[in-house]
Amino acid sequence: MSTRFQTTFAKGPALVCFITAGDGDTAANLDALVEGGADVIELGMPFTDPMADGPAIQAANIRALNAGTRTADVLKLAADFRARHPEVPLVLMGYANPMVRRGPEWFAQEAAKAGVDGVISVDLAPEEDQDLGPALRDKGISLIRLATPTTDDKRIPAVLEGSSGFLYYVSVAGITGKQQAAMASIEDNVQRIKTHTDLPVAVGFGVRTPEQAAEIAKVADGVVVGSAFIDLVEKHGAEAPRHLKALVEGLAKAVHSARKATA
Amino acid sequence: MSEHTPNSYMNQPDERGHFGQFGGRYVAETLMPLILDLEQEYRKAKADPEFKAQFDDLLEHYVGRPSPLYFAPRLTEELGGAQVWFKRDELNHTGAHKINNCIGQILLAMRMGKTRIIAETGAGQHGVATATVCARFGLPCTVFMGATDVARQQPNVFRMKLLGAQVVPVTSGRGTLKDAMNEALRDWVANVHDTFYIIGTAAGPHPYPELVRDFQSVIGREARTQMLARTGRLPDLLVAAIGGGSNAIGLFHPFLDDPDVKMLGVEAAGHGLDGDEHAASLAGGFPGILHGNKTYLLQDEDGQITEGHSISAGLDYPGIGPEHAWLKESGRVDYTYATDKEALDAFQLLCRTEGIIPALEPSHAIAAIVKVAPTMPRDAIICANLCGRGDKDIFTVAEALGVEM
Repeated sequence: MSTRFQTTFAKGPALVCFITAGDGDTAANLDALVEGGADVIELGMPFTDPMADGPAIQAANIRALNAGTRTADVLKLAADFRARHPEVPLVLMGYANPMVRRGPEWFAQEAAKAGVDGVISVDLAPEEDQDLGPALRDKGISLIRLATPTTDDKRIPAVLEGSSGFLYYVSVAGITGKQQAAMASIEDNVQRIKTHTDLPVAVGFGVRTPEQAAEIAKVADGVVVGSAFIDLVEKHGAEAPRHLKALVEGLAKAVHSARKATA
Repeated sequence: MSEHTPNSYMNQPDERGHFGQFGGRYVAETLMPLILDLEQEYRKAKADPEFKAQFDDLLEHYVGRPSPLYFAPRLTEELGGAQVWFKRDELNHTGAHKINNCIGQILLAMRMGKTRIIAETGAGQHGVATATVCARFGLPCTVFMGATDVARQQPNVFRMKLLGAQVVPVTSGRGTLKDAMNEALRDWVANVHDTFYIIGTAAGPHPYPELVRDFQSVIGREARTQMLARTGRLPDLLVAAIGGGSNAIGLFHPFLDDPDVKMLGVEAAGHGLDGDEHAASLAGGFPGILHGNKTYLLQDEDGQITEGHSISAGLDYPGIGPEHAWLKESGRVDYTYATDKEALDAFQLLCRTEGIIPALEPSHAIAAIVKVAPTMPRDAIICANLCGRGDKDIFTVAEALGVEM
């Protein structure tokens, strides 16, 4: 497992920030997120058919593809990010098909060369691990899996098998960017999952404000924010970095305040 | 024929839903528990004589099965080779084979206690069939349909509404069938507790390709029995059009272990395979992962899915059922293609020679027969699936022929 994940989550609750590669000036936007206090970066790989995503991220995928973003561009954005930010954990997040198109070994090799720490493949169920898992683990890249409210205790071990880095708890049964789950449900489910694993558990889907982030940081190891950033990228274009930085500062402060409380 | 030897072509998929390297379950984690439940419930239903009795009864008295097996004398004469026979699934209630599968799936939905049905549709045939069974059983129905298709297929949109369904135009992506399927999956993820997704073709995550095939296999079982009764032997060649491939797998599957029966699946080659304007996933695509399964897909070198094109909206999908991908690789079934123009010619040929207006989907199968029948001896038998009637397509055909209506 990447030591970057270990070092980061050892500090206490972390802010995990998602944006789609190729949507706007991605390098500048990523820098703004890190400057504002992002602890982990999830870089979305655009796909024509993002069937687990809500309208905001769907549109970001289409904008990125219409701007001509290719897999090679995503890998270059990752490699350049790694060169500028040697310490920040970097995750590639997307759908299975673009990841396996040239073969899982090719993808794992290129991701490793780019300095990627982890990969989230939304539609690669643990049951189909053979398509990507072995190749990633062989290169020391964490396969980060998703757990959801429908992942019951019987199923959690299958989800954890072969995963590392952290576990991404999707707090609502639904698509990205919509409503947020009730805090009580989040707390119960995170505690339930933690009885099965020592991996950090990050919670996402529907988190937009510092207030929500602060509440979640009290019960989880990480808070994932995506659609709120995507909205700013869409709205502000070249001016997005400034706005992203302002939002992420508030979120980071909220998440990190839980560190002092629990330390 | 139920004795499946280890070398049988009929014992797919494996317990993980794989047909060779194809198939499987590639879905977001939220759906996995439901997919696993569905598989368990399907196993139970398959072994339950009561379920089978209910299915058979509805097929007989509501759908109108068995559909006839018809010898086409004037078409045979015109082509001057093998005898051409049609399995007349266009005579089913709602005018296509789609209803067979919808009956099976809604019975499953009710067994599972689901109270709301969703479906995707391209041209609207599967949407109409789903809306029909929902009306029959009194369940609310939401059909996702690409906005482009809604505009093109107004008669079917109105049919669905008459049947009580809500039709949701999908504007995401490019507003066609694959986008409708994405949107249905998004709805399903958000409503797993009460909603059953009736998928229209033999694709999607396991167990859908298997259960859709099983429900559609009534076509091949009947054809086998009818052909034996009428001619005392099995056909030499089966022919069926392929979009996702449910009518073809329904016809082929019961014959897979009959080594003397050859099979030909016909994809839609649109304006031809030279450019991007076709929907032939096997002939012009590569293996990949989409909509829950691994199969041949129209995609670019980065794995981005490309849009299919066919004059037949029912064949206009960038993927194909995983069992066909496997049957191609295993060599058991041959696959070919027909262009828009060839399908249009075949459409008119059948109208003229047999007094049957076929849908544009089976017109692709007929186009393949036009090529292959003359090369076969006169005592050879071709059995093709006439999987839909052409009333829905007359506007498209008129436009293609330059006729003002």
